[in-house]
Amino acid sequence: MSEPLLELNDVSVSFDGFYALTDLSLKLYKGELKSIIGPNGAGKTTFLDVITGKVRPTKGTVSFKGKSLLGVSEQQISRNGIGRKFQTPRVFENLTVLRNLELSASPEKNALSLLGSGLPQSSKDEVHRIMNYVGLTPFATVKAGSLSHGQKQWLAIASLVAQAPEVLLLDEPVAGLTDEETLRTAELIKSLAGDHTVVVIEHDMEFIRDLGFDVTVLHQGQVLTQGPLEKVKADPRVIEVYLGPPEQ
Amino acid sequence: MKIFQRLVPWILLAIALFILPAALDDFRLNLFGRYFSLAITALAIDLIWGYTGLLSLGQGIFFALGGYAVAMYLMLNTKSLAGGNGIPKFFENYGVDQLPFFWQPFWSPVFTLIALWVIPAVVAGLVGWLIFRNRIKGVYFSIITQAALMVFFHFFNGQQKLFDGTNGLKTSTSELFGQLVGSPDMQVWFYRLTVLLLPLAFLVCRYFTSGRFGDALIAIRDDESRLRFAGFNPVPFKTIVFLVAGALCGISGALYTVQSGIVSPQYMSISFSIEMVIWVAVGGRGTLVGPIIGATVVNYLRSLVSEALPEAWLFVQGALFIFVVVLMPDGIYGWITKGGFRTFLAAFGIAKKAKTYPQIDKEAIPVD
Repeated sequence: MSEPLLELNDVSVSFDGFYALTDLSLKLYKGELKSIIGPNGAGKTTFLDVITGKVRPTKGTVSFKGKSLLGVSEQQISRNGIGRKFQTPRVFENLTVLRNLELSASPEKNALSLLGSGLPQSSKDEVHRIMNYVGLTPFATVKAGSLSHGQKQWLAIASLVAQAPEVLLLDEPVAGLTDEETLRTAELIKSLAGDHTVVVIEHDMEFIRDLGFDVTVLHQGQVLTQGPLEKVKADPRVIEVYLGPPEQ
Repeated sequence: MKIFQRLVPWILLAIALFILPAALDDFRLNLFGRYFSLAITALAIDLIWGYTGLLSLGQGIFFALGGYAVAMYLMLNTKSLAGGNGIPKFFENYGVDQLPFFWQPFWSPVFTLIALWVIPAVVAGLVGWLIFRNRIKGVYFSIITQAALMVFFHFFNGQQKLFDGTNGLKTSTSELFGQLVGSPDMQVWFYRLTVLLLPLAFLVCRYFTSGRFGDALIAIRDDESRLRFAGFNPVPFKTIVFLVAGALCGISGALYTVQSGIVSPQYMSISFSIEMVIWVAVGGRGTLVGPIIGATVVNYLRSLVSEALPEAWLFVQGALFIFVVVLMPDGIYGWITKGGFRTFLAAFGIAKKAKTYPQIDKEAIPVD
């Protein structure tokens, strides 16, 4: 196989002696689609924090396209092409839905270049396409703060897509969504597959099945096992630490 | 309501330029000139606090720097104020016979006109950049700006040989174009200058708060670290607005100094910088008209109350602040544009409630 796009090598993260990640090694190839599951406290979110520059690992290396990400600022990692959606939907509450998306979609990230110049037409078209896809067009001029929880989730996902990153890291994209919305989110994420590399963290097994991505199980800061969902589900260790015995 | 909002600035400008000079005597007009110059500071604070969420308690630094710049220029260029060495007399009191080197360029009017906003801007940009790049936010930012204010206050207060210490620099007895700066004619000109510069400051603030730069400012206020993950570095945005606010405060301080007749370290007192924030809160932060109303109304009230009951002002100001925070969280302007009197009644629970769905309240939901 070719060079991995994103590579974590023996990464450990310790918060005052408590290890959130212990010697985690993981490779992600271009175009790969991955779901990550695991019990609470398994280190799933810390894993994303390490990649996006929010947390600096105590030990180990993280590299993207062969270059180390250690010590690189969050904004630079984002500009390099790694985008992230947070566990709770974080949107700019006092900006309208449209302005939220336009800000994320902006190809210029420099303060001075934002002064005076408008968004290029191609980005505007893209924003409208995405907004239409997630069904937020009727709310274009509504402040994001007054959206419902589900709409905020979608706005957060849409903002990430508008950012056009190569790697999308989605932390619980369907938490708090109805079944129908969950289904539609799965469709949206699957539609991104192909030219994007996608990592999804979720607890919703139904959703994981809908996605049909390969599954990695994290437990106590390490990779417990990985593979197709059916295989992982049958693994006795996964059943013990995460899934619980099958329902009768 | 939209048209009303659009007309407000123009109505205010027309009143300030034509009605006030005709209606008021020299003394009152001068007071309004002061209010309007303070309104420029209020606009600056709105830019950094109302829009960007940076609550600075140290804007007095930049205000006073502008004031000192213009005051020293006026003193240097007034023959009647000069002592034996051709420099202002107060220096003699402290045995200084040569003008300190950093005051030298202030012989020049052109330099002074540039320095009175560039120096505060540079100081603000530098202080801001150091604070922002170290990711100091929220309350810590406020505390640091207040600490910086105290440093400047004590420096200017203690250095008699450089700034005449606590006495400050007096401009009312200085001369400009052969006229006394404190004369009524001059004061009318300063009033007009202020009334013209205030809308300019308004336009500067609008330039920075509208468009995508303004969106980024609001995004910083809402969730700064989230903005980083969208690929933006908030540090330049914050540094730029803090620098612009510093420049505006410098201009404001210069205008205020020539109209009040003196600049002293009191302009860098802690309470004055907090009052500036109160003007913005009272007027309505996050709007550009609000701070102008706030600075004018609060300072006008201050004059009225101080004349009638000299001791009562601080109590009135405190009460006003509490009143606004509790009953008008969006300030006077926000209150007018968002429902007005009804929100008062709602606060006391006597406003009409919004219509609900009576059938849901009354009819039981059938259970099957």
